[in-house]
Amino acid sequence: MTDTPPPADAGNETPAASSEDAAPARETVHGAPLVDSLGSAVVHTGVDGYGELMAALKKDGYQLFVGLCGVDYLTHPGRELPEGVEAQRFEVVVELARMEDRKRLRVRCQVPADNPTVPTLFDLWAGSEAHERETYDMYGINFEGHPDPSRILMPEDWEGHPLRKDYASGRIPVQFKEAPSGR
Amino acid sequence: MSTTDTSNTGTGDPAPDEPKRGSLADRLLGRTVPGGPQLTSMLQHKTSEGAQELLARARTQAAELRREGGVLRLPEGAALDPEDIDIDVPSDETMILNIGPSHPSTHGVLRLMVELDGETILRSKPVIGYLHTGMEKTAEELMYHQGSTNVTRMDYLSPFFNELAFSLSVEKLLGVEVPPRATWIRMLMCELNRVSSHFLWMATNGSDIGAINMLVYGWREREILLAFFEKVTGLRMNHNYIRPGGVAADLPDGWRDDVAAICEAIPKRMDEYDNLLTGQPILQQRLQGVGALDAQTALDLGCTGPLLRGSGVAWDARRDTPYLAYDEVDFDVIVGSEGDCWDRFAVRINEIRESIRICQQILDRMPEGDFRVQDKKVTPPPRSRIDESMEALIHHFKLYTEGFKVPVGEAYVPVESARGELGCYIVSDGTSRPYRCHVRAPSFANLQSFSTMARGGFIADAIVLVSTIDPVLGDVDR
Repeated sequence: MTDTPPPADAGNETPAASSEDAAPARETVHGAPLVDSLGSAVVHTGVDGYGELMAALKKDGYQLFVGLCGVDYLTHPGRELPEGVEAQRFEVVVELARMEDRKRLRVRCQVPADNPTVPTLFDLWAGSEAHERETYDMYGINFEGHPDPSRILMPEDWEGHPLRKDYASGRIPVQFKEAPSGR
Repeated sequence: MSTTDTSNTGTGDPAPDEPKRGSLADRLLGRTVPGGPQLTSMLQHKTSEGAQELLARARTQAAELRREGGVLRLPEGAALDPEDIDIDVPSDETMILNIGPSHPSTHGVLRLMVELDGETILRSKPVIGYLHTGMEKTAEELMYHQGSTNVTRMDYLSPFFNELAFSLSVEKLLGVEVPPRATWIRMLMCELNRVSSHFLWMATNGSDIGAINMLVYGWREREILLAFFEKVTGLRMNHNYIRPGGVAADLPDGWRDDVAAICEAIPKRMDEYDNLLTGQPILQQRLQGVGALDAQTALDLGCTGPLLRGSGVAWDARRDTPYLAYDEVDFDVIVGSEGDCWDRFAVRINEIRESIRICQQILDRMPEGDFRVQDKKVTPPPRSRIDESMEALIHHFKLYTEGFKVPVGEAYVPVESARGELGCYIVSDGTSRPYRCHVRAPSFANLQSFSTMARGGFIADAIVLVSTIDPVLGDVDR
């Protein structure tokens, strides 16, 4: 899809450590570790640096907000993460694209389960609105500052967040809004 | 109205004789041209109350957008109380109207909340979720070889693209390379699917704006393509034909004649539809200048596909991040200039022609060989082998009971579907079921642009807007 070395024209990025990919000087984008995942460039971050990183990426020319989704790593804890990134239960995954050099970048943000809150990207890319609502709906991740933090796909009075791994499918037999539930 | 953009430029060329408004690049970058007007969105409505549309994104405050994209979304039943809505216009002068979810022009179960001042739309919000069936949750419970039956039901008007996006991601995780013939068959089916999807769009778009005869013609042309799909896959929709590792079956005998007939018939018909639609003053008046979306706003709202290209951004995953063998075929990326409904119409009409052009090249260059990868861990043995080989029987049994295991990792491969960028973000934990399968649905993202486009327009134009966004609610809600 894309090649891994970060673009030369972006401001704060360290130059690409050329070809060796075993354990060279770590590549970073605005201080966040950059890794190669099956040919795609992936930047890892925690909640703390997330807002600043995304703002810096927007400045770098990542104009097209492709998508945002959540992942719940509850039952798959041993995933590989670069050094310095602490694994959390949730991840917010953002796909970005830059038109000029047709480069794509994925940002994976670790979101802790006890306080699943990340800043909204609405002020950077208004197109994140529906994606963030969907992620809230499905995972219960809150997007601080979102203009309409509400459910988007599930009924408004739904309880629980269906794509969480501890939310079994088929637990609730009747899904009509006004019907009494067995919960 | 549309210009073609052949190969390498990142955005469409600015029209040379438009110095006052500023070139497209200026508008893209949000630059104000000296001597020109202040950079506002094109085709702005001037009313006694001032401008009735949002300014260009470069000059629109985030707070303003926030208000636009904000909370005009009330629970059913409470929807008619304007007191609850924080707006500047006195509440007795505006009306909240609820369109849908079962309205013929919303093409499915889309509900639109619009705030009206007379006939003019102020704020609006698409309310979705009526067709949500939890397909991403279902995907986590199905094995990889079952996954394509699931995703094919999302965007039911262009099912091949869903299967393709899913299969490409799985193949990337598996690290298998499909044989050339499978790649070209996939390309053929996808391009024909783009044509059939655009024809259905022409049909419904025509009926939405009063060209009812187009409804019949559009379905008729789509029928030719669906008949071919049925011949190849056995089904008219929800084919489950493109699977991880290749395609389900080789093309049937006589496919060349069928495709050649399609490639010959469609361009001629397109000329007729140019006469019927493109040259028709009523249609032009319904589409031209309606719902203009400038390039920066379109990008900002995450639009892709004909919507983004109609706004003048030449971004097409087939050319910009080539997959399959699109780098080996010759085609133009169709780009509009004003970003109004007319441009989106022109982009789709011309994309049909480009797809046919690609199909003609595929017809000439279809390689011989296997239609699926011969990796026994991924591909089930052919039915005939099962009767004679114990090993084949075991492989078959294991594959269909346990599935194949996919290495740990994550993958996202973008595909240019008929509606925009479609991709399947798959996280694998090393088992035979996806740990996470998120579909980046183009309709879902594109629908967000409705509020921005509709503002300041007429309620009657809202129907045209929905039509030219071309959302498929199965894709929106998944």
